Amino acid sequence: MALLRYLRYSVQDFIETFGASQLFLARLLAYSPRTLVRPRLVIHQIYSVGAGAVVLIAFSGFFVGLVMALQSYQSLSKFGATGEVGTLLALALFRELGPVITALLFVGRSGTQLASEIGLMRATDQISGMQMMAVDPIRRIIVPRFLAGAISLPLLAMIFSAIGILGGYILVVPYLGVDPGAFWGQMRANVALVNDILNGFFKAIIFGGVVTMIALFEGYNAWPTAEGVGRATTRTVVISSITIFALDYILTAFMYRGI
Amino acid sequence: MKQTRAVEFGTGLFILFGILALFFLATQTTNFQYVSGNAYQVTAVFQNIGGLKVRAPVSMAGVKIGRVTAIDLDPQRLEAVVTISIDQKYDKLPKDTAASILTAGLLGEQYVGLSPGASSEYLQDGDRIQFTQSAIILEHLIGQFVAGMGSSGSSEK
Repeated sequence: MALLRYLRYSVQDFIETFGASQLFLARLLAYSPRTLVRPRLVIHQIYSVGAGAVVLIAFSGFFVGLVMALQSYQSLSKFGATGEVGTLLALALFRELGPVITALLFVGRSGTQLASEIGLMRATDQISGMQMMAVDPIRRIIVPRFLAGAISLPLLAMIFSAIGILGGYILVVPYLGVDPGAFWGQMRANVALVNDILNGFFKAIIFGGVVTMIALFEGYNAWPTAEGVGRATTRTVVISSITIFALDYILTAFMYRGI
Repeated sequence: MKQTRAVEFGTGLFILFGILALFFLATQTTNFQYVSGNAYQVTAVFQNIGGLKVRAPVSMAGVKIGRVTAIDLDPQRLEAVVTISIDQKYDKLPKDTAASILTAGLLGEQYVGLSPGASSEYLQDGDRIQFTQSAIILEHLIGQFVAGMGSSGSSEK
């Protein structure tokens, strides 16, 4: 009996939280165009959320490119198809690894930063203070951060993919002896601008918006205690990671239906 | 003030870097210049196109000069009509050029190979290629081979 009641409450809680987050998202989207007209606040947030993550993304992309190139080289060399390394690397990075790994790193680096920042604002009554002064905290602090996340993540994903390919090139062409012409030529013959690169870009925009929204929602609704801020940060990472993988499958299934 | 300038500089640098990365990927890893540029269209009718797909390359003497832009079935003759888009650079192809569907390697992709004729007239936009050779289908070949073995075996008796 107690188990049933617990189950009922947790399902009810989940649906309530989900509904609240969707209303939160709707408010963010409604305020976004007006905030873009005055971009100063957004620029500051892009700096702290996006530009601050470039070094992390660049290093990760470089090593992911190296390891992907090494592994695919070893398998492809059995068939004498080492020229295909470039194609494999590019398609994997553009379609899946670029957006997904970048989004996961972004959650760890910037999502947690946002959740704890907003959660601490809540805990130290800064948000109530703003409301007291008739400043809408959603418009003043939440929407600029949301836009910054949605703008930064696709750019970071492109940097990740570009550096990953350069990393793979640096390993495979001089050290493993793959022909540079085959590396770029095969890649060019098999990578499509719209289908691969722009779809990946679009994916990253969606991931950026969703992940940032989750972090802001958790921070905004955190319990106003030290423990509450910690819980909000943890929930941000857990919920965002699950959402990224689930959403990635759904988006991939839609984007590559005909191929 | 100095702080703000640094923030704006960093943000600008980051966005520039991101767009540069997108530009690098779009120009260096795709063949998008092939889609743009001037091209003219010719059609070719094949009895069987095998596994030819839209966007497959079209080459002459091994050089890629265009791509397949559309594949349709002629409703009356029940043959495949393949529309080919050829780079305007190569506008001096003889009118009696032949088209055949070939396979790159043993298991590779199928493409359209053009072999030049001897006519002094040139192919123009909207023309139809007269001489075509269908795709070689491995199953048909094996079928013929098996049938040939069977008949030669029986004739020896």
